[in-house]
Amino acid sequence: MGDRLMEKQSILSVIAKHREAGLIGFIIILSIVFQLLNPKFLTIGNLANLITNTTILIILAVGMMLVLITRGIDLSIGSTLALSGMTSSLFVSAYPGLNPLLAILLGIMVGIICGIILGYLVSIIGILPIIASLGLMNVYRGLTFWSSGGGWVSAHQMPASFKGIATSSFLGVNTLILIAIAIFLFFYFFVNYTITGRQIYAVGSNPESAEITGINSKKILLLVYTIMGGLSGLAGVLWVSKFASAQGDTASGYELTVIAACILGGVSIAGGVGRITGVLLGAILLGILDNALPLIDVSPFWQMGIEGGIILFAVLFNVIVNRAVQQNELARRVV
Amino acid sequence: MNEMVLELRDITKEFPGVKALDSVQFELKRGEIHALMGENGAGKSTFIKVITGVHTPDDGEIFLNGEKVDISNTKEAQKLGIAAIYQHVTNYPHLSITENIYMGHEKINKKTRKIRWKEMHQDAKKLLESLGSNLDPKTTMGSLSVAQQQIVEIAKALSTDANIIIMDEPTAALTHRESKELYRITEGLRDDGVSIIFISHRFEDMYRLADRVTVFRDSEYIGTWNVDGISNEKLIVAMVGREINQLFPKKEANVQEELLKVKNLGQMGRFADISFTLHKGEILGITGLVGAGRSELSQALFGIEPYDSGEVYFHGKRVEIKNPSDAIQLGIGYLPEDRQEQSLILDWEIGRNITLSCLEEISTKGWLNERKERSIAKKLAEKVNVKTGSIFNPAKSLSGGNQQKVSVAKLLTTDLEVLIFDEPTKGVDIGAKSAIYEIIVDLANQGYGVILISSEMPEVIGLSDRIAVMCEGRITRVIAKEEATQEAILEAAMSKERTVSAS
Amino acid sequence: MNTRTISGEREFTWKKFFLQWEWMLVLILISIFMMNSSISPYFFNFINIADATMTFLDKAFIVFPMVMIMIMREIDISVGSTVALSSVVMAMLYNAGLPIGLAIAACLLTGALCGFLNGYLIVRYKELSAVIVTLATMILYRGIAYMLLEDQSAGGFPDWFSYFGWGYVGTIPFILVLFVAFAVIFTLILHKTVFGRHIYAIGSNSKASRFSGVKVDRIKLIVFTLAGLTAAITAIFLTSRMGSTRPNVATMYELDVIAMVALGGISTAGGKGKMTGAILAIFIVGYLQFGLGLINIPAQMLLIVIGLLLIISVTVTNLKFKVKKKKTVGHPQQKNVS
Repeated sequence: MGDRLMEKQSILSVIAKHREAGLIGFIIILSIVFQLLNPKFLTIGNLANLITNTTILIILAVGMMLVLITRGIDLSIGSTLALSGMTSSLFVSAYPGLNPLLAILLGIMVGIICGIILGYLVSIIGILPIIASLGLMNVYRGLTFWSSGGGWVSAHQMPASFKGIATSSFLGVNTLILIAIAIFLFFYFFVNYTITGRQIYAVGSNPESAEITGINSKKILLLVYTIMGGLSGLAGVLWVSKFASAQGDTASGYELTVIAACILGGVSIAGGVGRITGVLLGAILLGILDNALPLIDVSPFWQMGIEGGIILFAVLFNVIVNRAVQQNELARRVV
Repeated sequence: MNEMVLELRDITKEFPGVKALDSVQFELKRGEIHALMGENGAGKSTFIKVITGVHTPDDGEIFLNGEKVDISNTKEAQKLGIAAIYQHVTNYPHLSITENIYMGHEKINKKTRKIRWKEMHQDAKKLLESLGSNLDPKTTMGSLSVAQQQIVEIAKALSTDANIIIMDEPTAALTHRESKELYRITEGLRDDGVSIIFISHRFEDMYRLADRVTVFRDSEYIGTWNVDGISNEKLIVAMVGREINQLFPKKEANVQEELLKVKNLGQMGRFADISFTLHKGEILGITGLVGAGRSELSQALFGIEPYDSGEVYFHGKRVEIKNPSDAIQLGIGYLPEDRQEQSLILDWEIGRNITLSCLEEISTKGWLNERKERSIAKKLAEKVNVKTGSIFNPAKSLSGGNQQKVSVAKLLTTDLEVLIFDEPTKGVDIGAKSAIYEIIVDLANQGYGVILISSEMPEVIGLSDRIAVMCEGRITRVIAKEEATQEAILEAAMSKERTVSAS
Repeated sequence: MNTRTISGEREFTWKKFFLQWEWMLVLILISIFMMNSSISPYFFNFINIADATMTFLDKAFIVFPMVMIMIMREIDISVGSTVALSSVVMAMLYNAGLPIGLAIAACLLTGALCGFLNGYLIVRYKELSAVIVTLATMILYRGIAYMLLEDQSAGGFPDWFSYFGWGYVGTIPFILVLFVAFAVIFTLILHKTVFGRHIYAIGSNSKASRFSGVKVDRIKLIVFTLAGLTAAITAIFLTSRMGSTRPNVATMYELDVIAMVALGGISTAGGKGKMTGAILAIFIVGYLQFGLGLINIPAQMLLIVIGLLLIISVTVTNLKFKVKKKKTVGHPQQKNVS
């Protein structure tokens, strides 16, 4: 029985090694299916739309990847996003003449503060990330409601310049996409080509060794949560500008979609593993589902179930492939 | 020029509640291999951490090439040319070999602060080649064998231009052949002028490699000798503090009826065609080199990683063992190799640890009877002579040997007939070793059938009635007590002959 | 071999007794009662205190198995979605003509199945952490609820169905009676049975537990199934109190439940904590919510208070453990002199 089995399993081991290629393959197959069902899917207009709608997810997933690599998790980002979005939109509705760049800066600042608090609790006090971020998720969400007095900031209260952050374009490309590309490139360089970036992996891969190597893990932890906070803050402004409304329950539960994108992209919750290109693909996969399911007349109420099914499938598929590879290695050892 | 590259004088280091080092001395000559020996808890590990800057000493002076230095952190030690290869391989399993070698001193472009991957990969390749290895530096660390990982660790030490390298029990997890390779590399380093501190429990390592040996005991400095100027016995006395006359207690030869019979047992990729019989009152030693499949076999017998072919008979009746609770219910007990990970719950009280595997017996319909629990725990803790004041002390407050006694006590709670001891004295100091030997022989005399799995040949020879030697997943020879010699075992452990059955 | 005597009687010290986290929770609860009484003079009588429980006890049933799950160093974030799915299944089956009794049974079965699937995946695919598995099923279960009911709501239950949410046994709300029964049973199981001891063992060292013959997989499977089952019980009470259901009910319940468990002193690092702590935490959060409602402070403010309470309490316990640990860190093999 040997040869055939081995051949089949070595294909699996190739898939395991080239996870991202597998993901691209899956995305291509999915795209072909969608295209056959609705020719409008692969049009420039729709693709631009798709990417624009995925940018915020990409921005957040990049930050979440860093957090997950250090064996952490951040459940507070949906609330951080809402808080900074609310703060900046309240600010621009009070001072309509404000430069939109300042609004963005304000949002990022709020996010960074939120992130530093979480980073402090995790790295200095030593609270488990899941608990600390759960607590702060409540606090930030409460603050969002409180700052708006339970109300919301709607489109007509926002100046056009603010709404323009997300809708304007530069050289024919939507600003959101440009921002996402800039962030992606920056972090691609950061995690792959800087010492600090590699230290993030080191801390997640083996904290004890990192200690012996002389890496300041507390500083690294504080840094990743601060980055995550800053990115959530930025995403908050973009979100509010894009949807032209800031509400108390903005992006409630969105943290789970972000984590799902990372998991699809091959980031391990156990730490040490994760590539930024994988995360990008994971986010795009979710974006495609969001965009294409309505196009092929799938009821919007079926989307969540399909998404959940795909995430579960992807996660299980990964394990099964890895197990097959291990079995294969054992079978090759002659006893 | 000073002959000593490194001198430590009167080093003292205290942790809350314990003195880990008590004015300890040490000196290292240029280009020598210096063995550091002592029992567990003697202070060796703390001592290394002082040299490498992980701990700062409370008192004492360190001289490097005759100059007084302060080593306040690991970076400092690196700059001074000191590198350590730790006992438990401390690396980044998810990262590449290159990255493991250069973590902490990456090569970067001075202007852009960009990491120069290409140059690092090339240099890593060169370093590995200089150690006689052709590993691809882009390989992930986690996919390497322990021996390969150690070569990477050595490459890492070389990449920092270290001229003092500390090796903490590097041979502990290596096969015979891999150890020899390590000796070759170590000697090569010495010939290049590197000074090496070599820590090991194996006397073999010391005699083969070291020029001088220093012994610590109970956090104190005992002495330094030339290796050819000190006898084995004298060295043991130095390490233990007393003579050990009778390490292996006398065992009665009362082997009785058949208890356990294993026929053609196999597990894919790990072992195959294993057959043996175990009798009441018998100690069956199973030995072999690292990687021969000893531990895998014993874990399969206990149901941890079930076998996938072959048959097991218990009292002549065919049985299936799919998980540990099956095994325990049949009457097979297992003393795991790694007591801290696999046997004890360190945070728990000693008493609760002892009763964990027999809760069914001290409960009625699932409800615990705590009074009964306490009395059983107390009785057994006293029986195996655990050195503690109360069964309510946490297990982590005990020394390694006493923790092992608690693990043994766990086995005595249930009605077992077969006991599997997997490396029972690993990491246990010589004093506690003899106590554990006494318990094992005592149990066999009481009528238990004992399977003793061990890589320490004197132990296997000294205790077993018969010895099954494994090589590459198969039993290659079964040796009777009378014929058992180290040479005979080694020969069988490296032979490629086909299976024999030990019935 | 010289045999020494080892003490087999537990030493009792008042200091140790009072240094338990649960006393801290008792103090917090008392101060909340005092606050509530000062806000409303009518608060402090038995009827009012008992009645108030109707507003917050529905999700409390999930706390019991969640305590066990978190002691085992696992987590289940799908329980809120399980509540929604089992509630939707119950309402739809009833509307499709099934007798209400069978609909309730189907609700319980749905919940148990959801929990069982979580447990099965976690036990079968050990490489996956419970966070990933239950994150996926969280999206999946709620997704199925949306597939079934879309944006509709379902209800129209018979009158007596509202008894679950609004009924009394004598002067005591039915939900409180059932809650107390559950509390007693689960507390006894966790602290007085072999099953409970095994749960602590798994959380402290799962490998050693398995090597000691503890049936780790079976216990996890049972506890996760229980979590699903109690989520279904929550669904019954919630649906009964609201009269109808939608796919978006019980959103974020999992986080409320986990927050209560953590506040109760059960660390996600496993192996530690008591059922009484979590029960106290349920009442702390509940009466705090009730009290803030009395003075018309918006419900959202409660989020801030609960969040802060959670962080502060965990910080305090964390500092406590750190102090204790310091003595052994750095030199684990210290000699114990007897």
